[in-house]
Amino acid sequence: MALSREQIAQRVAQELQDGYYVNLGIGIPTLVANFVPEGIEVMLQSENGLLGMGQFPTEDEIDADLINAGKQTVTMASGASIFDSAESFAMIRGGHVDLTVLGAFEVDVNGNIASYMIPGKLIKGMGGAMDLVAGAENIIVTMTHASKHGESKLLSNCSLPLTGKGCIQKVLTDLAFIEIKDGKFHLLERAPGVTVDDIIKLTAGELVVSENVPEMQF
Amino acid sequence: MAGFNKVVNSYKEAMAGLVDGMTVISGGFGLCGIPENLIAEINRKGTKGLTLVSNNCGVDGFGLGVLLPNRQIKKIIASYVGENAEFERQMMSGELEVELTPQGTLAEKMRAGGAGIPAFFTATGVGTRVAEGKDERQFNGRGYILEEAITGDFAIVKAWKADTYGNLVFRKTARNFNPMAATAGKITVVEVEEIVEPGELDPDQIHIPGIYVNRLIQGSFEKRIEQRTTRPSGE
Repeated sequence: MALSREQIAQRVAQELQDGYYVNLGIGIPTLVANFVPEGIEVMLQSENGLLGMGQFPTEDEIDADLINAGKQTVTMASGASIFDSAESFAMIRGGHVDLTVLGAFEVDVNGNIASYMIPGKLIKGMGGAMDLVAGAENIIVTMTHASKHGESKLLSNCSLPLTGKGCIQKVLTDLAFIEIKDGKFHLLERAPGVTVDDIIKLTAGELVVSENVPEMQF
Repeated sequence: MAGFNKVVNSYKEAMAGLVDGMTVISGGFGLCGIPENLIAEINRKGTKGLTLVSNNCGVDGFGLGVLLPNRQIKKIIASYVGENAEFERQMMSGELEVELTPQGTLAEKMRAGGAGIPAFFTATGVGTRVAEGKDERQFNGRGYILEEAITGDFAIVKAWKADTYGNLVFRKTARNFNPMAATAGKITVVEVEEIVEPGELDPDQIHIPGIYVNRLIQGSFEKRIEQRTTRPSGE
């Protein structure tokens, strides 16, 4: 069985470590906040200028001056801080964020990522994604392994305009946890019930498979 | 206007001198912390051919989006523009020129512009369309592109509180791009929710000193919310 969005988030959350400052992108990455393992403290960075993002507000707590990077109303966790956009990207570009989780349209065997535009179709802009992938050491990309039409999103070469070049090392899809190194995809784990063959079929770029690929544990 | 008193009494006065073809830098992230009344005044004036520098371009009918229907914007420099049907139409038809700029680079361009730094190197955008036509250099074995600073003929800013000298305090994430925008305008116009007398703000708590501010006006704000997300109370 392919993982649900929640399960992808849950598996990503296992990579969190105590004391991590984490930036979560829009979509599946946002859900990671719901699965922080017990006994672990993380602080969420929102690139519009908030470190220590809290949960959504109650109706009474809504404050138009307090939103996240997805423009959703949020609250501040205890110990939060507020800063301007230049400061926010100083911490991102300067490599101070411990883990960045973001979505993508495509990744390839050289660690390239395409996530911000589909020429002639979808031109919304990169927002902070280019800064995040350029600045972070530790990035996990979350996405479905293939499109609805069964076209692989793990390619030899990205076909869409790039968000960043050679910056992605870990990809978590609905089928597999994959590492990128030496110009190849390496299969680390497979989703429960998903076979190695299923994954090979839907991976267009070169995939290295070891003899025993463990199932993800939840 | 006397001494360091920056207060003006009308929005007309606040935006006096803005003419066709100028560059305007605006603070705000989405609809949060936008100078909504200054934008409305630009709309009322009908100034055309503007180059807008702002992270986003509002939504249909609110924020910078109000400047789109009668084609007041010639070009926009922004990082994310996806919330606006009229915007998309004008961009696709070529009526509106769009320079997509990474968010951190945009913030730094404004900061550099205000700080007298003409350009800076960043790794953001290397190997992407953003790097096209830009100088690239290696530092410590890594590639960086040269990005030029931005200044505006006008900067329009929303702050929470100010004293009459234009010392500014922002509130929560409504701060965003506003402090950098404030430094990067030849004429910086700030609208606030409250103006107090000099000495009433704690100097240690001032986010932007009044030296950057040319005109100041007190307004009232709709503060429209783009994505109203809540949790049930009692949790």
